[in-house]
Amino acid sequence: MDKETKKVLFEPLVDNNPITLQVLGVCSALAVTSQMSTSLIMALALTSVTACSSAAISAVREHIPSSIRIIVQMIIIASLVIVVDQLLKAFAFDVSKKLSVFVGLIITNCIVMGRAEAYAMKNPPLQSFVDGIGNGLGYSLILVIVALFRETLGSGKLLGFDVLPLVKNGGWYVPNGMMLLPPSAFFIIGLIIWGFRTWKPKQVEHNEFKIMSIAHGEGGHH
Amino acid sequence: MEAYISLFVKAVFIENLALSFFLGMCTFLAVSKKISTAMGLGIAVMVVQTLTVPANNFIYQTLLKEDALSWIGITGVDLSFLSLLSCIGMIAAIVQILEMILDKFFPALYQALGIFLPLITVNCAILAGSLFMIERDYNFGESVVYGIGSGFGWALAITVMAGVREKLKYSDIPAALQGLGITFITAGLMSLGFMAFSGIQL
Repeated sequence: MDKETKKVLFEPLVDNNPITLQVLGVCSALAVTSQMSTSLIMALALTSVTACSSAAISAVREHIPSSIRIIVQMIIIASLVIVVDQLLKAFAFDVSKKLSVFVGLIITNCIVMGRAEAYAMKNPPLQSFVDGIGNGLGYSLILVIVALFRETLGSGKLLGFDVLPLVKNGGWYVPNGMMLLPPSAFFIIGLIIWGFRTWKPKQVEHNEFKIMSIAHGEGGHH
Repeated sequence: MEAYISLFVKAVFIENLALSFFLGMCTFLAVSKKISTAMGLGIAVMVVQTLTVPANNFIYQTLLKEDALSWIGITGVDLSFLSLLSCIGMIAAIVQILEMILDKFFPALYQALGIFLPLITVNCAILAGSLFMIERDYNFGESVVYGIGSGFGWALAITVMAGVREKLKYSDIPAALQGLGITFITAGLMSLGFMAFSGIQL
């Protein structure tokens, strides 16, 4: 694997993560993460749609008039999502019921559109495909981290196996019900962003307003 | 009538698109820095939602649903797998038409909403409204009420969020948490507040 491909593939994991830095595709990251199994399926679905749509859009990029490019992109993406939706209904019906509308919402997931618009319109198909996979992986990483916390702390299980023995089954762990409720996902992603940005200070956004530091001691002028 | 009112209240508070289903989050987080812009976007979403949900409902009920084509004598055809494509096409078309109408007849409003209108096509709250309508099999009347209610709920959430963020500008936040991080945590707290409605039975 040459250097360029590696960069395109791995940069979106932490350095340019679609969720924590580009603020794309947040909706589904919050909504499907109360269980690990749904998050994994969702991550897989999104990664494949992003990769395939980027490749397809990039292949026809020179023939799309720029005035109707959004509609062309939408149709390509929507067709791919229909394929994924039908596949899930056929082979993983339970999970597809749980994901309900969120599979369909991959169409308007900003990661897919964003990569099509920002990368695939300017680069050849193979690279766009790799870029799609990379961004899909960045999204998957966040989804898996959030789901890990929510499912273990919320129900003491991971992928259906008992990890923390619950009190009602004779163990010691009292499940934190809030982890299964929507707000916890916001908190966890907020904390992940905090962690990422402490690790990579370059990503910090600075306030438009600086808080004035109050001078301590006598006559200290800052 | 009572059923419609309870559906409306449910769509605004209990099943708030932004805070209990996390829909339209990208714009919710990106465009909530100022109350005035947030409110403009909120109103635009509400208008588009009010138009698209009933329109999609009409298409779904008369063309795509299982056996829906029986009014022209075709039975046993289930086109519901096409609903994703038809929904997003309908939304894109309505947004485009709305933009042209506003430009022609209400230039002042067009100026105010201008930049937000095209963005709305890819706002997942709009598509989700239509998909929830299909999933729950609403009839035409219900879909009108649900469209208005869910759009209003989203507008309410983003306006409140912008209000909080305007105040937040002056607070001393750890460097790495500034901007997006604290916005997520604020949204979480607001969502926690909205959870209080979830026990209400209508």
